Amino acid sequence: MTSDALDLARWQFGVTIVYHFLFVPVTIGMAWFVAGMQTAWQRTGKERYLRATRFFGKLFLINFALGVVTGIVQEFQFGMNWALYSRYVGDVFGAPLAIEALVAFFLESTFIGLWIFGWDRLRPKLHLATIWLVAIGTTASAYFILAANSWMQNPVGTRVTEDRAEMVSLAQVFFQPLQVWHFVHTLAIALITAGLLVLAVAVYWLRRGKDVRLFRAVGRNALLVTFVSSVVAIGAGHFQAQILTDVQPMKIAAAEALYESASPAPLSLFAVGPWEKRPERVDVNIELPYALSVLSTNSVDGRIKGINEVQQEYRQQYGPGDYTPIIGTIYWTWRVMITIGFAVLIFSAVGLWLTRKGRPLERARRFHTWAYLFLATPFIAATAGWLFTEMGRQPWIVQGLLFTREAVSPYVGVSSVVFTLVGFTLAYTILGAVEVWLITRAVKKGPEEKFEGASTKAPLPPMLY
Amino acid sequence: MVADPGLLNLETLWFVLIAVLWIGFFVLEGFDFGIGMLYPFLGRDDPERHALLATILPVWDSYEVWLIVAAGAMFAAFPGWYAGLFSGFYLPLFGILVALIVRGVAIEYRNKHTGGSWRRTWDVAMPISCLLASFLFGVLFAGMLNGLEMDADGLITVGPAALFSGYAVLAGLTFVAVFLLHGALFLTLRTRDELEVRSRRAALLCWPAAAALLTGFLAWTGVRAASPDPQNILVLALISATFLAGVAAGPLVWLRRAGSAFAATSAAILLLVASLLVWLYPRVLVSASPGVQSPTVFSTASSRYTLVAMTIVAIIFVPIVLAYQAWALRVFRARFSRDDFADPPSAADLLRRGPLGGGASDRGATDSTDSTDTTDTTDGEPGGQPGTGR
Repeated sequence: MTSDALDLARWQFGVTIVYHFLFVPVTIGMAWFVAGMQTAWQRTGKERYLRATRFFGKLFLINFALGVVTGIVQEFQFGMNWALYSRYVGDVFGAPLAIEALVAFFLESTFIGLWIFGWDRLRPKLHLATIWLVAIGTTASAYFILAANSWMQNPVGTRVTEDRAEMVSLAQVFFQPLQVWHFVHTLAIALITAGLLVLAVAVYWLRRGKDVRLFRAVGRNALLVTFVSSVVAIGAGHFQAQILTDVQPMKIAAAEALYESASPAPLSLFAVGPWEKRPERVDVNIELPYALSVLSTNSVDGRIKGINEVQQEYRQQYGPGDYTPIIGTIYWTWRVMITIGFAVLIFSAVGLWLTRKGRPLERARRFHTWAYLFLATPFIAATAGWLFTEMGRQPWIVQGLLFTREAVSPYVGVSSVVFTLVGFTLAYTILGAVEVWLITRAVKKGPEEKFEGASTKAPLPPMLY
Repeated sequence: MVADPGLLNLETLWFVLIAVLWIGFFVLEGFDFGIGMLYPFLGRDDPERHALLATILPVWDSYEVWLIVAAGAMFAAFPGWYAGLFSGFYLPLFGILVALIVRGVAIEYRNKHTGGSWRRTWDVAMPISCLLASFLFGVLFAGMLNGLEMDADGLITVGPAALFSGYAVLAGLTFVAVFLLHGALFLTLRTRDELEVRSRRAALLCWPAAAALLTGFLAWTGVRAASPDPQNILVLALISATFLAGVAAGPLVWLRRAGSAFAATSAAILLLVASLLVWLYPRVLVSASPGVQSPTVFSTASSRYTLVAMTIVAIIFVPIVLAYQAWALRVFRARFSRDDFADPPSAADLLRRGPLGGGASDRGATDSTDSTDTTDTTDGEPGGQPGTGR
């Protein structure tokens, strides 16, 4: 193994997982939206909710396909590029993956087929149940995979033998506090992503004056979901960060570009330093006194360890080496994520205020432009969030247990990794373009025309095919 | 890990479970792959192709999950096996991944746009990707049994060329031919009229090639596995049974017993994979390096705690999964013909044919004026449901 192969394998993981995670939040969030819309139809019998279900269901399905096919790459990649990692952690890390597949993937993949094609074959209540099972399946799958990821950040429930990590408590791996907040945070982000997508689509059609009642209701509900979810996402993110201050002090110190330990510690608002992997100083640093201590430790003068102190500690504990991630990347991905979080909160609050007491969304013309612009933000924030989470852990692949450089497949050559990296990137680029084209087209086409048999008792044609 | 001599241990249980998952995957995706390779040739125009593809549209995704669970279970139960196999077969697995990605997207996206060149593109991409995936899975399975050079920890050290031995290539071709036959037989069961006739003819055409390749591959395997060891006698018995099942499919379909013929190819796939894995056991890969023991289920297994935890999860969820998958298969058991997908079926046509009663028919009146809209929303999966519809 050379350091080139290691870097390339890391790039491959980064490219494939970031790409995969562009689709996953949409899938998870949209599943709940579509389930909600279909439930509204079943309960009220109003045809417009049926049309909303099928229209947004179509967007959901176009996106679902890419989420599925890119997901399988992730599972195979651990063994292909990270054989030593797989062998070292399989005992603990493999279990959530296998359980995810068995419990969640079977559920969502079987019932999505039943949902798409079951419109004329299943009784309405049973058919409604299928989309709820899909939503539960996608969410459960997120829970299991995040449990595996949380374990990499904070390996609990584990005993280390001479050559591997062994699980001693499945419950700890699945329910450690970091994981619980990690999951709540990610689920909220999925709902925000879907909410902003639904809102943008609703605005698109409101501006064209089509299906005004339908899209008014859908748009306002999307704003409501986005607002509540961004409160939850920010709250969960806060509790995650508090736990990280304990279990990954280096990540938090890097996120704040805090070199020297401080008590009380200020919150950095804007810092600029030399462009090195690990600059020794920051040049400009605008700070909010006491804030980091308050946020991280719930006390005014809580002590926060700086980069230098953590580095020192790790050297003593794990031997010589550089234990810092790339400070600039961590600092800025953290800020991008947080800034977007608050921006979305404010944006959705404004939207709700503009539509208070039944004021129509289509009148708020200036807000529409913002609705389009904000569509990009959850994708940027989620990407930044993952880069922060995964790169902030470096040089560890499993915090404190295994270095990334010790995890890569030793006999996979540079040329093989280059070949597959190019292959995946190329395939993903083409498919991404195809998906965007299909979704845009489906959005522009709008909801289906009226259904003659839209009462809850008549059979409806299956979707799309 | 100390090797446990008996068969009643967790390692063996998980080896069997993983074998079952792989077998389930090959039996179910085998006909998906076969249909993917056949449908552009069996379907002469778009409605026909659409009808052929519709036989697997609602279910292919859930079948692919068998593979995902199989790989996940290898990762969790035998990390050493997963690491050795997946890093050792790096390029074949990359080929499989790309093929599965393209195939999945082709199935999902083909009918989402009506353009001629759009559909032609996917109609070319799908057979190629199904062919590639089938072939490479054969290479992978035979490759596990080929002695390969590895380091002391069971990681394969040789480059990609060594993976494509004659035996592995023959296995790949055999997988392709058997899946073609399997797919043609499935189509015979799920289509009507002209399409059913053509599917049956395709099965009869595929059978000689499938039977010949299967016989050749089984003979080679038999020669390699021949020994008086009781385990290898079991392997030889399984090989013979595979041969019988594979060969029986042809006469059965000729006698118009398509259901039995499909059962025969299903059995052949099951027995084929089973014989290879029984031969492999308790090894998980075969070492060709002097002085390096082949890794086994015992040397690569996870801790007892993990295996027990996973066993409990499996005992609870495997029956549930099997139950709802069987139910889904039953829901989608209708046969299709060209008529079901011919243009222009209106929403009203579909409602009239709906299985939930004729009451729908008087809802009449087509109001879809946009022709593309009609295609997208109604072009497919019509009523024609046996049991209630007719």
